[in-house]
Amino acid sequence: MSALAELPLLSLRSVRVGSRRDHEVREIVRGVDLDVLAGEKVGVVGESGSGKTLTMLSVLRLLPRPLEVLGGQIRFEDKILTELDERGMESIRGAGVAMVYQDPMTSLNPLLRVRTQVVETLRAHGSSDAAAGKRTREVLGQVGFVDPERVEAAFPHELSGGMVQRVMIAMAIATSPRLLIADEPTTALDVTIQQQILDLVDSLQSRTAMSVVWVSHDLGVIARLVDRVFVMYAGRVVEQAPTVRLFARPTHPYSQALLGSLPGPEVRHRARLTQIGGSPPDPTRLPPGCPFRARCPFAFDRCAEQEPPLLERGEGSLAACWKEPIEWL
Amino acid sequence: MVLTLFGVSIIVFLVLRLLPGNALTSSLGVSAGLLSHAQLVALDHYYGIGEPVVQQYVSWLHAILTGNLGVSLSSRTSVASLVGAALPVTFELAIAAMLLGLLIGVLFGVFGALRPGRVVDVSGQGVSVIGLGVPSFVIGTGIVTLLASVFQYFPSSESFASLASDPWLNIQQIFFPAFTLSLGIGAAIMRTTRASMLEVVGQNYVRTARGKGLSRHSVTWKHIFLNAFIPVLTMSGIQLGYLLGGTVIVEQIFVLPGLGRLLVESINGRDFPVVQSVTMIFAAGFVVVNMIVDVLYAVVDPRIRNR
Repeated sequence: MSALAELPLLSLRSVRVGSRRDHEVREIVRGVDLDVLAGEKVGVVGESGSGKTLTMLSVLRLLPRPLEVLGGQIRFEDKILTELDERGMESIRGAGVAMVYQDPMTSLNPLLRVRTQVVETLRAHGSSDAAAGKRTREVLGQVGFVDPERVEAAFPHELSGGMVQRVMIAMAIATSPRLLIADEPTTALDVTIQQQILDLVDSLQSRTAMSVVWVSHDLGVIARLVDRVFVMYAGRVVEQAPTVRLFARPTHPYSQALLGSLPGPEVRHRARLTQIGGSPPDPTRLPPGCPFRARCPFAFDRCAEQEPPLLERGEGSLAACWKEPIEWL
Repeated sequence: MVLTLFGVSIIVFLVLRLLPGNALTSSLGVSAGLLSHAQLVALDHYYGIGEPVVQQYVSWLHAILTGNLGVSLSSRTSVASLVGAALPVTFELAIAAMLLGLLIGVLFGVFGALRPGRVVDVSGQGVSVIGLGVPSFVIGTGIVTLLASVFQYFPSSESFASLASDPWLNIQQIFFPAFTLSLGIGAAIMRTTRASMLEVVGQNYVRTARGKGLSRHSVTWKHIFLNAFIPVLTMSGIQLGYLLGGTVIVEQIFVLPGLGRLLVESINGRDFPVVQSVTMIFAAGFVVVNMIVDVLYAVVDPRIRNR
């Protein structure tokens, strides 16, 4: 079965996110195309402000006010999410698509016990009380707690950040979703805990065949976890490629710069990491042309005139750059 | 808490002694000047107001600590029986006003915050300005006047019926004074609820709750309101304190035989034992309410419980 013939589990088409106020439209996500196949692990990478989190929040329609989906289409399985009413979205959230968030310590209701919060998720999607209670203990065990009974009776403030993130993961997988969105789940955690959390989600994924979207600002963190990577810059996807291909031959100058700034084995020899000069532009106030132009070492006349669309670069790679790859590979 | 009440007792006692006049001048009026020195001393002794102030205070303190509130100077009945008759009226009025205020405040606050800038929100905000800005004696007088002159309806014209003896008449008599008092409380609670809700709506755990696919109803009450309720609780405690003061005015307007009315009458009569006792009861009520609020914090918030 070829991947091309397979209908993606999730697909975003020219999704635009921003705010609309008194006829003034400010776009932050400027037309994103993104597909996730069933059972696939996908990474979305970009600097803060690149729109990666907003893109994923728009899938579940959880955008903070006043942001909204301004246009485009989001499809999950056979449902067009962008056309669904609130009721319809409630049946997708938590059941079809679950999400784990960046800051675990503020992501659980401080007044309710862990058990209450996991059980209510299951109850919202049709579990009986008894079944939900049993399942809660089961998933808490699955995320590595040796004493699920103690954890489920605890309040969030009685747990550490890493423990809460495990609870969040347990809550997310309790309903056996087809897609898990992990939005920088380790950014707020101790380095020692980060790897455990990454491994945990990865092992759960391989056991359940759910799809996972990893959102991260750190290409190095997710490189070994994902099959394909979407690199976002200033509210657009600038490169999408299979992970192996991206690391072997990054096509977009921004991807190249990202890879260049990763610490590799040479760190031991105190080699200097390259850094990307300048800072990312404000996506609501972009000059015409390619938004990466000002920081790009390869920019030429055409880059100032027209923003490049995603162009085929072979081996499943697409890049939004006017440079012919042959010139600088 | 005990210290608070002790302080209140000293202040109340001293302030009363600073008032010009005493039970004698108040009951005899100008004719007090016609009495001979011997007669005055005898009456002072009779009323127990001839002794030095400190000694009066100590004996009063000793009496209330042993549960003896003394005897009213004007009616010669025990203060305990006067207070016993008036306390349930004020208690009922305060509870009814608090519940009405919470109902009005929470409902407008919650639904206003869910749709800021829309009809419910704007009208709630408008009413709250009136509730906060117009004093209860204006609202109370207005309601009495309106009911009596337009509808010829004035339940307080009949003598007060307790909840046990005639519930229907009692509810009619309590509702309007309670409503008058509840407007101010409701307005304050509404503003706190609204602000608190708007803050909680943006919290990460609310996003989590929505992201789990919970219904709008469940997210609003179980996750947003429960967390927004903590400041509302604080506000309610403060308002209940003000409410006790408010009953003094409202009971006067609606002719309710409660503690507030008893207080006003005994101040006019310089009936110090009654004034002191009623004031102490108000103070104790305030302290107890604050204690209950502290306990409720712990019930709602596990982070406080563990400390």
